[in-house]
Amino acid sequence: MGEEALKNFEYFDPTSVGEAVALLQQHAGSAKVLAGGTDLFLRMHRRALLPDVVVDLKRITELADLRYSDQEGLRLGATVTHGEVVEHAAVQQHYGALAPAANWVGSLQTRHRGTVVGNLCNASPAADTAPALLSYGAIVTIVGPEGQREVPLEAFFQGPGRTALGPAEIVTALRLPPAPVQRGWGYARRTRTVIDIALVSSCTVIQANNGVCGEVRISLGAVGPTPLRATQAEAVLRGQRPSAALLAEASRVAAEEARPISDVRCSAEYRKDMVEVLTKRCTESALRMLQML
Amino acid sequence: MKRLITLTVNGTPYEVAVEPRQSLLQLLREELHLTGTKEGCSEGECGACTVLLDGKTVDSCLIFALEVQGRDVVTIEGLARGDQLHPVQKTFAEYGAVQCGFCTPGMILAATALLESNPHPTEAEIRQGISGNLCRCTGYVKIVEAIQAAARG
Repeated sequence: MGEEALKNFEYFDPTSVGEAVALLQQHAGSAKVLAGGTDLFLRMHRRALLPDVVVDLKRITELADLRYSDQEGLRLGATVTHGEVVEHAAVQQHYGALAPAANWVGSLQTRHRGTVVGNLCNASPAADTAPALLSYGAIVTIVGPEGQREVPLEAFFQGPGRTALGPAEIVTALRLPPAPVQRGWGYARRTRTVIDIALVSSCTVIQANNGVCGEVRISLGAVGPTPLRATQAEAVLRGQRPSAALLAEASRVAAEEARPISDVRCSAEYRKDMVEVLTKRCTESALRMLQML
Repeated sequence: MKRLITLTVNGTPYEVAVEPRQSLLQLLREELHLTGTKEGCSEGECGACTVLLDGKTVDSCLIFALEVQGRDVVTIEGLARGDQLHPVQKTFAEYGAVQCGFCTPGMILAATALLESNPHPTEAEIRQGISGNLCRCTGYVKIVEAIQAAARG
């Protein structure tokens, strides 16, 4: 194996968030954070990143926390893996779309190491968990030299590969607010094979009251510079009794809201077409779960 | 700057000095001379480097050796009990699930982990369970049959 493949570096494994932030401050510009390593190792191996310092977060026990309560909702620490999320009973029960979303990430081997937060910090527009997390209103907790702050996930993604993280800041957790009532959901993804990156992904989460749609969230992946909420499509359904015509309209509007590009995987036209198809399927799934269709 | 780490591999404790940039795969093959685990793509896409880390399948090519301080690793060499092959190893041999053999160590470990968590998988579940392991020779049919046979016991 090529000795030239990876540049050597200084490795730290702090046991507290404060220590980690201090290390990032101290080595500003030349330090990278390591969680699951499935992306960082790869970029270092390809020499796309050449950090002098790597700060491993996995010995910070509070970051491994994955817990749910009816009052606080779901809290996912920064080092929680996709595999843990897929298997978690509270995820399956209260944030159902997140389980198949997390299950799409890479292979089983990847999911046993790669972390949900780490994946989001790479800010790929095609991140598999992003549409589900957006539809569940996820909030990102960030800690840095100035202290702690919270940012809604929509604002956390700022462009392909860009997040709202400042220098020496790390994401410590993801928070999914509790749902006051049962929600219907649907998640779908178009892909070539299981371990390929998504061509298009979509997630609908609906809350309803007496046959009328309440809160509706439709989120799309891989069809814009960031994962995005199709807010105009949501407005078509919000406050309405669902019907086949309304569903078709919402799906059509979602396709118009998408801003996909053509790339090696598929064309923008195909993506737009698939947004319409997947939005319809996901929304149907959500409504069926609520017995509204 | 090398650092001393301790880990257990196939039930045996080891103490090894490693450089930060060394992967678990390199540690196993080059330091411990356990060459059953293969380097396929070095990108975490093919699964030829699959090992069990604390019981879970992982791609060892994407893990720094330093990350496995104090952890428990099982490689293909750890499956047989002396001359007694593991049931999955037996059926792979019996059903012709091995051609060039390069994917086989990783494939067998993925299969054993699958059967541990799901002792009676459907064909679809088997294919899903080994979807992180690529085989260029067999077309997967014999691999699936071997796993089904091992599941039947």
